[in-house]
Amino acid sequence: MELLSGADMLIRSLQDEGIEYIYGYPGGAALHIYDALFRQDKVKHILVRHEQAAVHMADGYARATGLPGTVLVTSGPGATNTITGIATAFMDSIPMVVLCGQVASTLIGEDAFQETDMIGVSRPVVKHNLSVRHPEEIPGIIRKAYYIAATGRPGPVVVDIPKDMTTPNERYEYVFPKKVKLRSYNPAIRGHAGQIKKAVDMLMAAKRPIIYAGGGVILGKATNQLTELVRTLGYPITNTLMGIGCYPASDKQHLGWLGMHGTYESNMAMHHSDLILCVGARFDDRVTNATEKFCPGARIVHIDIDPASISKTIDADVPIVGPVDAVLNEMITLVRESKEKPDADAIAAWWKQIEEWRAFHGMRYETSPDVIKPQEVVEALWKLTNGEAFVTSDVGQHQMFAAQYYKFDKPNRWINSGGLGTMGFGLPAAMGVKLTHPDDEVLCITGEGSIQMNIQELSTCKQYNLPVKIINLNNQALGMVKQWQDMNYESRHAESYMGSLPDFIKLAEAYGHKGVRIDKKEDLEPKLKEVLAMKDDLVFVDIYVDRFEHVYPMQVARGSMKDMWLSKTERV
Amino acid sequence: MRRIISVLLENEPGALSRVVGLFSQRNYNIETLTVAPTEDETLSRLTVTTTGSDRVIEQITKQLNKLIEVVKLVDLTEGSHIERELMLVKLKATGSQRAEIKRTVDIFRGQIVDVTSSVYTVQLAGNSEKLDGFIQAVGTSGVLEVVRSGVSGIARGEKVLSL
Repeated sequence: MELLSGADMLIRSLQDEGIEYIYGYPGGAALHIYDALFRQDKVKHILVRHEQAAVHMADGYARATGLPGTVLVTSGPGATNTITGIATAFMDSIPMVVLCGQVASTLIGEDAFQETDMIGVSRPVVKHNLSVRHPEEIPGIIRKAYYIAATGRPGPVVVDIPKDMTTPNERYEYVFPKKVKLRSYNPAIRGHAGQIKKAVDMLMAAKRPIIYAGGGVILGKATNQLTELVRTLGYPITNTLMGIGCYPASDKQHLGWLGMHGTYESNMAMHHSDLILCVGARFDDRVTNATEKFCPGARIVHIDIDPASISKTIDADVPIVGPVDAVLNEMITLVRESKEKPDADAIAAWWKQIEEWRAFHGMRYETSPDVIKPQEVVEALWKLTNGEAFVTSDVGQHQMFAAQYYKFDKPNRWINSGGLGTMGFGLPAAMGVKLTHPDDEVLCITGEGSIQMNIQELSTCKQYNLPVKIINLNNQALGMVKQWQDMNYESRHAESYMGSLPDFIKLAEAYGHKGVRIDKKEDLEPKLKEVLAMKDDLVFVDIYVDRFEHVYPMQVARGSMKDMWLSKTERV
Repeated sequence: MRRIISVLLENEPGALSRVVGLFSQRNYNIETLTVAPTEDETLSRLTVTTTGSDRVIEQITKQLNKLIEVVKLVDLTEGSHIERELMLVKLKATGSQRAEIKRTVDIFRGQIVDVTSSVYTVQLAGNSEKLDGFIQAVGTSGVLEVVRSGVSGIARGEKVLSL
């Protein structure tokens, strides 16, 4: 029988869970745990400079690897600082466990120093939260936390640990449970066979079909199945911002992504389709535009692990609850065996129409002889990294440009805060990726607004030698806010101009990194090439881009999917 | 449309707040809510009455089911069911009012459970309309205090909500 303190049990449970890295920040209520961490070397701790960044780091790691990330913070402000990060992970269904110190159980409710009701505060933004009531429960709670975080529709789980649960001199028997069983939590393991059959029949009969895939395909590790099904059928596919990489972007069946800033051809094809096969997406408002005008002629098959995502905003004709990989496997078999074959003439006519749409816009943008366009920067990066880099982004115009012009052929490489839209996400997420992918190129495409929301992490990058490349698309304004003000507020730029920008080069240097400024168009490619050759350095690349550029296409507010602005003057 | 959703919930601290939080987070109505442990002490039985379109009710049941501590639930209004609510009412009862109130209580099959020289305390059980009807019948001017338990419900016949 092995006797351990609560703190040692916690760290031992993390080891037994196979956790390699945790990201965190110490403080009073977590000190017993930090001491236990110090006395071992299997679980490595990364000390960030702000707790929010620890969560985004864990998040970046989780998105790149598909494994749950782990965060450790103290009570009170340490815990509340994680909330934005947790909400970010929650909106994008990212598996994660956040371990929070808490004041001793004897003090809870007395407004003790650094006391916050973290269970209450985090409740709306977690998949679940758990609080430790006896040290002996710790191994079971940790096991349960990871199980809940990583299964079904993944999400963040918070564990609240009062300080007296980790007291060093109180020891208990350590038993790490082999299995977790919860009578009230049983995610579906396969889809309904009858519904799947019905869906395949509809696919075979469709004349204008489209596959609409989302982040669930990546989270459900079903990109191979999706690719196989789409290629077998020969139908067009579009995906959401979160689904980027679930199907190779360079493939001709791929129409790009859809929605507010999606491609013209994706949105047109969706609107005119007669059948939508939705795989692991959730008909989010940034996709559908006005729901009452959404795809009037389309019947909808919706595959999702989360029944609550089905018929939430758009009614599904054929709902299929189940893991996407298993459901797609069954569909592939049925499609292959099907006596009915797709109507070749109808599908050919549909493709002809789609190709016309594709040729009509083709993600064109105006170039200028002397001003660097943000789109050009992303295209250059794509070319110079052979489309193989991990790209994280913050939120705003640069995020959209990165998603539009970097063509991802693989999953898990496009890492952004799609649901919550969290500025300050990009740099710590890139750090989380780089730590476990030291030999891969990791770019953080950002803007001068977003990067300043977690700029302090440049210090963490120095401490742990994380040579990410920060690509700052500097337009000296909060570009997306300004774009909306241009379009909806007669160009009254309320608080969207950022004066007094720091000298980012000196700032990077102050933290011990390199800085490169690019403000001439002819320098763009050569200098980016130089930057990418600096393998061992974090380089802050401050690129002065067109201050007046807008992101297009852009759906017209409250319109249907096909109502779009294609440039500042062109509306369809 | 009004619905009665009956939930078996893990009898754990914080479980109830998760249910209540869900309703406010997602902008759903709670009209009444009752909760108490069952014969199996690890489980609580919770009954919530709510209103909403079919889409909203579907979302409520799905979102409730997603809560880890929700073991099972049923929308009782989908089948035939029995619903009951308990009400305790303090009524001003002096002079000729006393006989009149007593008669009304009898008609509604209630009981006077406490008496003073000027006050009757009446206990009444039934569905919510019956309780409303009683208040109307005695007239609000005589009502000193009303305590209602909220609705509890159970399906008719063989159907049971259990593990």
